[in-house]
Amino acid sequence: MIPAPFDLVTADSAEAAVAALVEHGDDAKLLAGGHSLLPLMKLRLAAPAVLVDIGRLRDRSFVRDDGAHVTVGALTRHRDLETSPVLAEHAPLLAAVAAQIGDPAVRHRGTIGGSLAHGDPASDLPAAVLALGAVLVAVGPGGSREIPAEDFFHGFMDTALHADEMLTEIRIPKTAGAGWSFQKFNRRAQDWAIVGAAIQLGPTPRVALINMDMQPLRASATESAVAGGASPAEAAAVAAEGCSPPEDLNADAAYRRHLAQVMVRRGLVEAAGRSAASGQSTVT
Amino acid sequence: MSAIGTPMKRREDPRLLTGEAKYVDDIQVPGQLWMGMVRATVAHATIAAIDTSAAEAMDGVFAVYTGADLQEMGLWGAPLPCAWVVTPDMANPAHYPTAVDEVHHLGEIVAVVLADSRYRAADAAEAVVVDYAELAAVPNLDAAMAGAAVAHSSLSTNHAYHWPLVPDPDALEAAFANAAHTVTAEFVQQRLIPAAMEPRGVLAVPSPYGGDITLYSSTQVPHILKVMVAATTGISEAKIRVVAPSVGGGFGAKLNINPDEMLAVALAHRLGRPVRWTESRTEAAGSTHQGRGQHQRIELAADAGGKLLGCRVHIDADMGAYMMLITPGVPLLGSFLYTGVYDVPAFGFTCDGWFTNLTPTDAYRGAGRPEASYAIERAMDLLAAEVGVGPDEIRRRNFLGGGDRFENLTVASTLVFDSGHYGPNLDRALELADYDGLRAEQQRRRAAGEPVQLGIGLCTYVEICGLAPSRALGGLNYGAGGWEHAVVRMLPTGKVEVVSGSTPHGQGHETTWSQIVADKLGIDPADVTVLHSDTAISPLGLDTYGSRSLAVGGVAISMACDKVVDKAKVIAAHLMEANVDDLVFENGAFSVAGTPAASTPIQAVAFAAFTAHNLPDGVEPNLQEQVTFDPPNFAFPFGTHVAVVEVDTETGGVRLVGYTAVDDCGTQINPLIVEGQVHGGIVQGVAQALWEGVHYDEDGIIKNPSLMDYLVPSAAEVPSIRTDSTVTPSTSNPLGVKGVGEAGTIGSAAAVMNAICDALSPFGIADLPMPASPQTVWRAVESARATTGGAS
Repeated sequence: MIPAPFDLVTADSAEAAVAALVEHGDDAKLLAGGHSLLPLMKLRLAAPAVLVDIGRLRDRSFVRDDGAHVTVGALTRHRDLETSPVLAEHAPLLAAVAAQIGDPAVRHRGTIGGSLAHGDPASDLPAAVLALGAVLVAVGPGGSREIPAEDFFHGFMDTALHADEMLTEIRIPKTAGAGWSFQKFNRRAQDWAIVGAAIQLGPTPRVALINMDMQPLRASATESAVAGGASPAEAAAVAAEGCSPPEDLNADAAYRRHLAQVMVRRGLVEAAGRSAASGQSTVT
Repeated sequence: MSAIGTPMKRREDPRLLTGEAKYVDDIQVPGQLWMGMVRATVAHATIAAIDTSAAEAMDGVFAVYTGADLQEMGLWGAPLPCAWVVTPDMANPAHYPTAVDEVHHLGEIVAVVLADSRYRAADAAEAVVVDYAELAAVPNLDAAMAGAAVAHSSLSTNHAYHWPLVPDPDALEAAFANAAHTVTAEFVQQRLIPAAMEPRGVLAVPSPYGGDITLYSSTQVPHILKVMVAATTGISEAKIRVVAPSVGGGFGAKLNINPDEMLAVALAHRLGRPVRWTESRTEAAGSTHQGRGQHQRIELAADAGGKLLGCRVHIDADMGAYMMLITPGVPLLGSFLYTGVYDVPAFGFTCDGWFTNLTPTDAYRGAGRPEASYAIERAMDLLAAEVGVGPDEIRRRNFLGGGDRFENLTVASTLVFDSGHYGPNLDRALELADYDGLRAEQQRRRAAGEPVQLGIGLCTYVEICGLAPSRALGGLNYGAGGWEHAVVRMLPTGKVEVVSGSTPHGQGHETTWSQIVADKLGIDPADVTVLHSDTAISPLGLDTYGSRSLAVGGVAISMACDKVVDKAKVIAAHLMEANVDDLVFENGAFSVAGTPAASTPIQAVAFAAFTAHNLPDGVEPNLQEQVTFDPPNFAFPFGTHVAVVEVDTETGGVRLVGYTAVDDCGTQINPLIVEGQVHGGIVQGVAQALWEGVHYDEDGIIKNPSLMDYLVPSAAEVPSIRTDSTVTPSTSNPLGVKGVGEAGTIGSAAAVMNAICDALSPFGIADLPMPASPQTVWRAVESARATTGGAS
């Protein structure tokens, strides 16, 4: 529980953070809420030589209604997502996902940008941005660029971010009352999902899975089935298609495949119910 | 108004909750050195070489010692102690604080770094390079019994001891020969990590010129530790002071004589520098003893009506790599309870202890009794199914004394149960849980074929606590007595100081003791101060474990109060010019019977005893009395727990949705503290049933050493617990008290597993291993569906 020695650089702007990343290269890691990185450092599974603290960039913490989409600052804490009236109206899935991350202490420290940049397939927020079809904005030495969520996650804790880039905001298309569901199966409330599913219906129904492969991913076979009018049970039966689920003490691959089907089926039923309640058709 | 029986809020809590209380880690001294442990990363190996050069060259590093270095320095007077040599021929390989040639479990210390900060100690420990030549490991009990590999190269077998308790072998044989029904079941008590909120820690402060040493330790047992420090290090016992400051829980894990602690004392004493260490969580998984670790086989014989005729038990117990303080005795603490609350004419118990290349096992909340309670209570449910009656009915048919009140009843295991009254206790629990309503809801869900099924589980437990009559412990070859010591003194201003040999680590002793003293002396509880946990202040004591504090230590305080009143009465009679025999003591004052208006408060007597100006001839000044109480018998609390679970047959997920506990711990001093103990105990037992368990691989490596993977539950996993109590006073002490620190844990694992098996009985599932993880439950359901075509 004692991290290896490291140097600390405090950034007072995104530009300063990027400059520090440029200076220190692969030896540096950004520190936001610290709830993904610090546990790894305390177990000495990660030992960055330099930590660039971006936790003081309070202007990067916001949830803003930008017309067609909602923009979320990368340093917005989970608790602020959970309680945001803008998200409750325009992207309730994200608020619901944030409300189930870890425990209250984690939710008051952890940030959406930190969680996404960590790229952990067992985390909840990557699935949420995949299901919502979000666009991620990163800034680097050459300026900023937009990365669709579906192109962001490359492998186990590996993302499209370059070593000298910082995630600054997440743009989420408004869901216009379409049904959604978040299903998380775990043994204790504070744990990562053994398997989870984030579902957002609408013109393009999206189903994203948690902890079903080396990276966060979408259940494309299920999405096609839903788009084609399949019943929840039919669509869920193909939820694990193409997945290579990890194996651990909680679950082997076969059990994870089974859980994915149950979670997706229950989620599709719940999402359809929400669509109906708000006057939306289940599938368009 | 009586203080005893009042649910007073704990006086300890404000300073604990605000951070004012000091734990070992809060105590800083100048010149201190931090220990960083180099621990074995393999379970069984010879140490080929250790390279300490890189570590020694690091900034802030004072020294690096290997096990061989320490042996050469002659630090050890004796190996670490095992105080419970259960049989004369018990194998007991020498256990020194550091390995020298061979390591025997993951986490065993092979070298120690001393540095000027905790961080530098950790960095340097990581820089020590150990070359292991791996040996075949014994990674579990099955491997230990198979014997293909031997855990200690110095031993020819893994078998440590065989311990039988078979009072009447012929009667036992006859019971099974004549049985209409028999049940045989095998259970695994998985290893558990105690996980106290405060990790273990130690600070040893020497006095190089005075020759004495003060040891601040996060321990349950400062008095026992003092004796054992002397025995292990050779430092004169009279030069050792042990202080247990605020201690954040122990659950038995701080009832031991640990290698790291002995290293701190011995090095501080040798070097003349304060030496400290605080355990990290992941380190604790391999370095602090674990609980449970047993394979149980229980057989019941019953007549056609389900009335028990006999009970036969064999257990194989995983000692781990070494015999620590009471490692071999823990399974035997349960031996007397395998017949539970039932009238069983014939009984037999045998236990074999086995060495493995795993962290040693030792006491963990309940220590042997949760295991026993689990086996008999699970087996009773199986018997109920066999006989074709409900789990409540099979229990009623077999209660000791027919469920009626009894006192001093000899049971099949040869012990004498102090008191019991089991029938009404069960009645109350079923009523409070709405047992009939739950059964109706269960039937509804079964009939509807709902995916989420309901299960209801009972556990009617009895436990043995209040350790203990010293003669009884001697009969079991335990290395110490079971008395407790107390001093009660009235100060000149009328306030009271109590010196207690019991050592609290979360139990609220200060509150409870003040309530007893307040009633006995007729004073305000706020006027009572309790001193404890420092061998310089409280030199005599046997500390806190086995739910013994109240039933032994609290009783000693009560008896010391009686002696104070007796002496005060003599002085009061003298002051009042009355006959001693005519005086009565009521509401804190002495008066002549029949004339209460002319009274002398005990505080006035205390001042007179202090000035000593006018005492009767032959009466010594001051009001101070001491008592060492050695109880004539153990205490046997009991109770009924009802667990309600929802089992999701699609996912295998189990949710505990209801829990009712009606406990009987005899007379209650503080019902609020009783309730708190019951709550915590229940959750700890539920944790064994649903979440916790150490996973070892085939090489003896722990796969879940951190709290990310070792699943200690939080409040979010536990429903509101309904509690009530019945009161059947103990006959083992004048207060009628029993003990409640472990009762919840002793009752809850069986209740939860009975509930899960009850939910799944339509699937033909009779038993599941603990913890009942979702994957385990789902596989059992899938397998049942495949073989039977499914039940619902």
